[in-house]
Amino acid sequence: MLTALIILGGLAALFGLVLGLASMRFKVKGDPVVDQIEALLPQTQCEQCGYPGCRPYAEAIAHGEADINQCPPGGEAGIRALASLLDREPKPLNPDNGVEKPARVALIDEQTCIGCTLCIQACPVDAILGASKQMHTIIESKCTGCDLCLPPCPVDCIDMIEIQPSTENWKWPPPAAMRRHNPATGMIND
Amino acid sequence: MTDPAFQDQEEQVTPKIGKFRGGLVLPEHKDLSTGRPIKIMPLSKRYILPITQHSGQPAVAEVKVGDQVLKGQVIARTHGFVGSILHAPTSGKISAIEPHPVAHPSGLPATCIVLEADGDDEPIKSYKLEDWRHSEPLVVRNYLQEMGVVGLGGAVFPTHIKLTPAADIVVEKLILNGAECEPYISCDDMLMREYAEQIISGAHIAMHILGTNKCALVLEDNKPDAIAALEKAIADNGREDIEIHAMPSRYPEGGERQLIQALTGKEVPTGGLPVDLGFIVQNVGTMAAVHNAVVNGEPLVSRIVTVTGKGITHPGNVEVRLGTLFSEVMEFCGGYTDSVERLIMGGPMMGFALPSDNVPVIKRTNCILVAAKEEVPVKDDPMPCIRCGECAQVCPASLLPQQLYWYARSQDFNRTKDYHIFNCIECGCCDLVCPSHIPLTSYFRFAKSELWIKERERDVAESAKQRFEAREKRVEKQKATLDEKRKKKRESIREKPGSEEAKSEIAAAVERAAKKRKDVGPDQT
Repeated sequence: MLTALIILGGLAALFGLVLGLASMRFKVKGDPVVDQIEALLPQTQCEQCGYPGCRPYAEAIAHGEADINQCPPGGEAGIRALASLLDREPKPLNPDNGVEKPARVALIDEQTCIGCTLCIQACPVDAILGASKQMHTIIESKCTGCDLCLPPCPVDCIDMIEIQPSTENWKWPPPAAMRRHNPATGMIND
Repeated sequence: MTDPAFQDQEEQVTPKIGKFRGGLVLPEHKDLSTGRPIKIMPLSKRYILPITQHSGQPAVAEVKVGDQVLKGQVIARTHGFVGSILHAPTSGKISAIEPHPVAHPSGLPATCIVLEADGDDEPIKSYKLEDWRHSEPLVVRNYLQEMGVVGLGGAVFPTHIKLTPAADIVVEKLILNGAECEPYISCDDMLMREYAEQIISGAHIAMHILGTNKCALVLEDNKPDAIAALEKAIADNGREDIEIHAMPSRYPEGGERQLIQALTGKEVPTGGLPVDLGFIVQNVGTMAAVHNAVVNGEPLVSRIVTVTGKGITHPGNVEVRLGTLFSEVMEFCGGYTDSVERLIMGGPMMGFALPSDNVPVIKRTNCILVAAKEEVPVKDDPMPCIRCGECAQVCPASLLPQQLYWYARSQDFNRTKDYHIFNCIECGCCDLVCPSHIPLTSYFRFAKSELWIKERERDVAESAKQRFEAREKRVEKQKATLDEKRKKKRESIREKPGSEEAKSEIAAAVERAAKKRKDVGPDQT
């Protein structure tokens, strides 16, 4: 009886030690789930989800504080990707957070701009170039279309322009037969 | 890919030297356009020049509306490494820089420079690099960049970059691609017949740049006139370091990877480039352009275009200046016949249909196919895939088109990537043999462009993330330094009255004031 207790107790202590050491040795730094969620977010940094950036929103999702349907720029495709990552049911975008819009970039009307630098301070990705009392301009390729520069502008000189299809961003359309294809059933609609 | 049945098949079709995997023997239809010598198109009144005519980073206009330009003057330039330069095809005035329809599968307009010719055709003063033999390869390379030379085989990739292999790579051999395998197209064939000397001279320049003394010119054995002309040019030149290899005609032999496999039996690895095997492949037309640039000091402002098909009255090869409208080329070739059905840029296999002839000739316009009704392949409605495997047998890139089709159709694009969709050269062989008439290549183009756009979006997101994080860090740092400054100031203010010196100073001042008051007396106030 005593031998059995000693052996079992000893084994328990040994395994405990091994597990404890292993958890120290192979400790995962950071939160991999947060990183995975963040990788699926569009990085628009628009704060429409109610969090100050994509990373905080990713953290909130990971901690169960936020739902997966609060990101309008990510849209339906983004929600589907998050749902499949987190093994949840996809749901429609929460209208409280906004609606999915086509890709846009900001454009400053340089005639009207008074050079107040308020938009520069608001831009989350440093995509506005300018200085005090100097005309400002948008670095188009870096603009995420987040709209955050619109409210602070005192003279309303910023417009959001939809990105037009061009020979550079054009993509081949799906073949005609596929356009009749129903992804829900996996069949071709005829 | 591990399907044993497929492996057997693969072994059967594993190529020996002189052959490549898959492919098809197609009816050629080349004699339609090879009967007459190359005609030179006269000067037009107006030229429409799309600003970006190469693959790589987009270019920007170097001229303004109203500018007077000379033939060969730079009118657009890329400010980046993967870029090229565009020159004015004749002298005249820039009348507009505006969107104009271009030859692009989307049918969308692109920014074009409109040049009104003044009829003088006055060239700009240019310097020739006649002494290229004694010039540093870098000098010749930069010169080619300045002359706007790009690959004329169809990819329009800047030639100076292709002739710049990584520093640690030794180029064993320059391979010249004269295998014009797509039906109907004959511009390279005619070029080899009529401009063989220029091709050979251009090849020597390219060999000088690459530092190799081996060169193979590969063409198909259905071009005996071209072979004779090239052999004569090599003999006349005196340097016998270019060998000619005539191969049996089989589509798509002109593909870079297929050509290397046919010539050497070696396969370019997935994700790799021919240069990994020590080969650089250049189109023969590009070599003639290199000669014209270096020896004659002429930038790339014209090219040979095959105008063919039963829909055109006088099919043939025409030397056309860039920016000439297709409609003018059609007129020059006698106009359309009554049986015209469709206008295609490129060949019947890899070309794309155009909605109108109001588009300009660009650097990649190798062929304008004016197809009559009987020449347009009739595509019946697609039927379900029966998994016969015909497509996999003919695929020159050793892919499994039926599997790729399945994933592309269900929009499972990551799986198409696993099945190496980017190895697909869009040759169209699978389309042609499919008994169910499935437009396989269309599916692959669709899947590829979806993947590209996704990749670009990911890059943009990554850059936005980095900028956001950098900004957060900066804002935090600024706040921290500001806080630090304030703290220091507060402390220094608090410190001052505490110091002995200050105390005595204050005491002295108080004393002085009191004394003054005493001296003056209270009555005076």
